Amino acid sequence: MKLSRRTTAVAAIAGAAAFALIATGCSAGGTPAADSSKPITLTLATFNNFGYDDALLAEYHKLHPNITVVQNKAATSDAAQTNLFTKLAAGSGLGDVEAVDGDWMPKVRKYANKFVDLASSDNKDRYSSWKTAGGVAGGKQIGLGTDIGPEAICYRSDLFAKAGLPTDPAAVSKLLTGGWDTYYSVGKTFADAKTGAAWFDSAGATFQGLANQYKNFYEKNDGTVIAATNPDVKTAFESVLKASSTESSHLTQWSADWTAGMANGAYATMLCPAWMLGVIQGDTPKLTDWKIANVFPNGGGNWGGSYLLVPTQGKHTAEAKALADWITAPAQQIKAFKVAGTFPSQVAAYTDPTLTGATNTFFNDAEIGKIYIDRANAVKVTPFKGAQYGSIMTAVQNGLTRVETGTQSIDDSWNQVVTDIKALG
Amino acid sequence: MTTSTLRAAQRTPRRIAFSQKLGRWDIRFSPYLYISPFFLLFSVVGLFPLLYTGWVSLHAWDLIGGQGDFVGGDNFLWVLQQQKFWIALRNTFSIFLLSSVPQIVVALVIAAVLDTNLRGKTFWRMGVLLPYVVMPVAVSLIFSNLYGDKYGLVNTLLSHLGIPGIQWHSNPLASQFAIASMVNFRWTGYNALILLAGMQAIPRDYYEAATIDGAGALRRFFSITIPQLRPTLIFVIITATIGGLQIFDEPRLFDQYGTGGANSQWLTLTIYLYNLGWGQLNFGRAAAVAWLLFLVIVLIGLINLAITRRIASNEGRNS
Repeated sequence: MKLSRRTTAVAAIAGAAAFALIATGCSAGGTPAADSSKPITLTLATFNNFGYDDALLAEYHKLHPNITVVQNKAATSDAAQTNLFTKLAAGSGLGDVEAVDGDWMPKVRKYANKFVDLASSDNKDRYSSWKTAGGVAGGKQIGLGTDIGPEAICYRSDLFAKAGLPTDPAAVSKLLTGGWDTYYSVGKTFADAKTGAAWFDSAGATFQGLANQYKNFYEKNDGTVIAATNPDVKTAFESVLKASSTESSHLTQWSADWTAGMANGAYATMLCPAWMLGVIQGDTPKLTDWKIANVFPNGGGNWGGSYLLVPTQGKHTAEAKALADWITAPAQQIKAFKVAGTFPSQVAAYTDPTLTGATNTFFNDAEIGKIYIDRANAVKVTPFKGAQYGSIMTAVQNGLTRVETGTQSIDDSWNQVVTDIKALG
Repeated sequence: MTTSTLRAAQRTPRRIAFSQKLGRWDIRFSPYLYISPFFLLFSVVGLFPLLYTGWVSLHAWDLIGGQGDFVGGDNFLWVLQQQKFWIALRNTFSIFLLSSVPQIVVALVIAAVLDTNLRGKTFWRMGVLLPYVVMPVAVSLIFSNLYGDKYGLVNTLLSHLGIPGIQWHSNPLASQFAIASMVNFRWTGYNALILLAGMQAIPRDYYEAATIDGAGALRRFFSITIPQLRPTLIFVIITATIGGLQIFDEPRLFDQYGTGGANSQWLTLTIYLYNLGWGQLNFGRAAAVAWLLFLVIVLIGLINLAITRRIASNEGRNS
């Protein structure tokens, strides 16, 4: 009796502990099928809000009566990333068309053989060269660009007024024109006015702005990791943290506190890629003082923006390719912009009156079309993002958070960043 | 003729012997046949992944690219040399202790209360199970509002009392306490119900005899309920141990990144495994962590079992 109870318990431990190990998948290939005119359903997997509403999908159904498009929306870019890699490893389960964030696109590029070549005469000159290049891998155009994230500065005019700073967008743009030093020194003026609010939201978010302004910040063009030794990275790390000690609200970006802080007026400015407008409006729907300054420290910068890919594991790759091509065409992306503020990456869109004349009432009738076309034109540097980009960014962001939350000094934190980056190899 | 009678005599017993043999086989092997579905299923969904993970851990293995070169114990060596692995091990134990111990003690008390003659028994029992039904994601959402560093409910209440707010997301112990509280919220009621079922199986005569002998409620609880509850307690403690050491949902959803905190404050072994496998797409190393975690769980499970048996039987003897 005693013995049997013990053995059963041991077996139970071993059996249940084995669940820890059921984490391994297997890999398999997919086979594309030929097209026909019989009714099919295509799944379009996106995340956050790409601006592809029911009307747009219905329009496609009207053009191709045999095709019904169903959209699967993941809540966040991270969730979409996990889903993509898990199902890519499993060899099945992905949507016919998959959306990929520019920040983890480099990781996907490594597996170019799992995706269909989307190049066609139709989309050859659709994008600026850097956006096209981001979707090329293994000699194929595996990704077609959807939106980009040219950056401006969003600010709270009421807090600016309280600090005695100008509130009019044109005047603010003039005030902030210059490098990061200018941005920080105006921040000092703002902080000295003791309004109770901080100048910017977090060191992490601000650092993103800097990181996207270097050609080879973390990695060389051949993929060699230089983040730990590149003086630019260390300088940027230290300068942001130095400014953050007096000018930041120390709220880690995307945390619950950060969202609450936005509504509570914890900070007066934010780096504002075009897609951030939707985030601000969604998180602070009752505020009326947000404005956009047509300016960005050190000229211009791009943060984010996505691609659409067609995995080879799908059953209808030919139809999926046609859908991806259609939905990333300028006409459709302008419609998506009107729905969700995702700024088109298509060059032809920038001369379209619907875009050039676009305004946003929430941001006090800011001419968002004109502003972001200017900001897109100001982007001069195309950062190289290799396979390790995401992991390095996580290590650096963690380092910034450690200092901002008072866990470590700048030097200790930097040393740990270096250790963490070395552990990636 | 003698030979033929002999043959006949031999033949008849042989026929009987064969059917007897069948009968004996039936008795000897049928039970194994009847329980074989579990073991067949276990070998497919349990044993195979376990061994396959071992195979993966000996190779350079990309999540998508698949099998690479055979590297022997390199993945294990690499993992064991990482400071993060040891931090993750420490955090896992810390969260496990912070959750399992209070969880079982409180569950025992709740079960004892539910075992008394309450009005509306079913209502209370179902109420206890309610947190278990709520999705972990929803629980995390609620608790993240409680444990906000700046605008959280708990810190707001503390500031009203004049106590400085607790840095839930930067202090290791505070973050682990917060995660443990989510686990406890979810599992205490579940364990209480299992313990309650065990308590109701204890013959009431024991209590009546003890009451006549003059034993108070506390004495009855410690001298009858706990020793009689031993098998159930062992089950609850072992499942809580395994669940505690494999904790994933709560730490992953504790902040917006889900990678265990900027300073690995609440990095658990499963989160570390996840970061290696799905963050860096390095399945070989992730598999090595999985195997190490497996060994840790088996080890702790055995220690756990030994202690539980000792305590329970000691108390049995005292009575």
